[in-house]
Amino acid sequence: MLTFTIRRLILAVPTLLFISLAIFLLLEFAPGDPMAQVPLTVPAEVKEKMRLALGLGEPMHIRFWKWLVQFFWIEPQVLIDYMFGTSLTEGKLRVISWQTRSPVMDIVAQRLPQTLSVVGTAYIVAILIAIPIGIYSAYKQYSWFDQLGTFVSMVGFSVPPFFSGVLVIVIFSVQLGWFPSIYDTTHKVTDWESFLYQLKQMIMPVMVLALQITAQLSRFMRASMLDNLNQDYVRTARAKGLGEYVVVMVHVLRNSMIPVVTVIALGIPSIFGGAIITEQVFKVNGIGQLLIGAIQANDLPMVQTLTFIFAVLIVLFNLIADVLYGILDPRIRYD
Amino acid sequence: MTELSPPAPVVAPRSQWLDVWDQFKSHRGALMGGILFVSILALVLVGPFVYWNDAKFVPTGRDFLRLRDMRPIYTILWDSGAKMDWAYPLGTDNLGRDTLARLMFGGRVSIAVGMTAMVLALVLGTLVGVTAGYFKKLDGLLMRLTDLFLALPLLPMILVAAVLFRESLAQAIGPEGGVFVLIVCLIGITSWMPTARIVRGDVLAIKEREFVLAARSVGTTNTKMVIRHILPNVLSPIMVSATLGIATAIIAESSLSFLGFGFPPDFPTWGRLLNDSVDRMILYPERVIFPGLLISLTVLSVNYLGDGLRDALDPRIRGR
Repeated sequence: MLTFTIRRLILAVPTLLFISLAIFLLLEFAPGDPMAQVPLTVPAEVKEKMRLALGLGEPMHIRFWKWLVQFFWIEPQVLIDYMFGTSLTEGKLRVISWQTRSPVMDIVAQRLPQTLSVVGTAYIVAILIAIPIGIYSAYKQYSWFDQLGTFVSMVGFSVPPFFSGVLVIVIFSVQLGWFPSIYDTTHKVTDWESFLYQLKQMIMPVMVLALQITAQLSRFMRASMLDNLNQDYVRTARAKGLGEYVVVMVHVLRNSMIPVVTVIALGIPSIFGGAIITEQVFKVNGIGQLLIGAIQANDLPMVQTLTFIFAVLIVLFNLIADVLYGILDPRIRYD
Repeated sequence: MTELSPPAPVVAPRSQWLDVWDQFKSHRGALMGGILFVSILALVLVGPFVYWNDAKFVPTGRDFLRLRDMRPIYTILWDSGAKMDWAYPLGTDNLGRDTLARLMFGGRVSIAVGMTAMVLALVLGTLVGVTAGYFKKLDGLLMRLTDLFLALPLLPMILVAAVLFRESLAQAIGPEGGVFVLIVCLIGITSWMPTARIVRGDVLAIKEREFVLAARSVGTTNTKMVIRHILPNVLSPIMVSATLGIATAIIAESSLSFLGFGFPPDFPTWGRLLNDSVDRMILYPERVIFPGLLISLTVLSVNYLGDGLRDALDPRIRGR
């Protein structure tokens, strides 16, 4: 297992390099001009100087190499500096945003908690809802509960988050006035009142994200439970005289969780992608909104770094899912 | 497909597609989905010929003041003072353009984008899948490429590409055509991977079967083999991915339009209409709800259609 993990980790390096190159080339060959927003009254030679100041004067491969060094070598050092108070990166050039002229990673670090709190809560809520639904739907296959679950998850698949988000805003903040429609990220939890407010403002974005995840996860849980409920070992367990609760919740559930756990791991990066839209709807200033803003402002270093962070998440969680599958299921051996 | 046929059929064998249709009919959700999808298609395609208002007509002068911000006719049920007109069943927007006409026009664009992107993704996916499954030498390479595409952060990259390539394509083909080509290509290029994987798996299994060996022994060339013998046998997974592909493509297009990276504002799609109305949703919630409802219903019906088609095309499930 360890060799497999190490081999996958080593294989992830060329994948990530290739993806970073793909992102870089996409931005490079795109006809957009970072100087397009500069007024026409600015003379050409000044524009050329501005271009050089942004680091655009050098040939392509050197810029790509510089970005790689900055991202993989200097940024981790910055993290070490921050954590241990050392000064490894004194005077070294970091990835600088063109919008704010401050390091990209600092802005990402500011925005990440907002995204994580909303997305993370949504994911946990979705798992907590989906697994019981999946278990019960499979146990009572074709009952009204199962039919309802199938329909609700079909709706959850089909209603895009930008509509369900807007719909809950119309219903719960406009018509009923229960929850605020905008997520206030400057809000600080100090006492019970402010904690309640925090809960209120989180309910809608979390539920919108959770609906989608629940839809997929509960169907998957149901299918996995159904696969196991007809196995011979279940009959054996019943024949031994074990209670129904023990058979379903211990024997079947533990085996059914194996594929579901990997699906949960695989789903985490795509949730960050989906959160881009939800963040836009509820005006959460997380990394999704940062990306949209950066694209609109033609801030290439920011876009490149953020897109790459998404890619790292995908590759990382694919790896985690594979390794988890191997650990949980003794029948799977990658050798 | 898998069963051996009885030695001598007494009655004439039923056509395969008749069996498929029978199975499809018995799936109630799929049938309803099909009916719903066809009605939405009819509304969008035939509607503009029957309906009296023009989607692109913008009133000016006093007409503008008179016609703008009309509410849907059912508003009168609870608000007798509402500004409405029987000639504008779903009201008008803040520029006095008819909402129903714009919804129909937007639906045409959304569904056209969905269908074209689906066809592109399907062609790419089938091409990659069949090539990888059939030619052993290319298998490793093409499947690694598929894995790589699956590891790309697709939504961010689509957003980036949609902004960066918009201007130059708009200059080359025209503002609307350029965006159409751009969005269709972006969605198509980023959604062929599941199809490719499914098709490759099926081709690998079919390649080992006796009829392929028989065809080879009579000297069938590779091209003929793929077209005559392999492709018809992988048709059912392709058809299922096709229906589900329409759903994902429509959602992708409306997400792009919703984020403001899609079509220009005077060229409505359902996502764009929704996005434009979000600012006024407190006063005019119907302008948000109608396009969103249409997107959701279309996707829901297509998903049910795909679900039923999957069951109907699978000979192991059929007849149960």
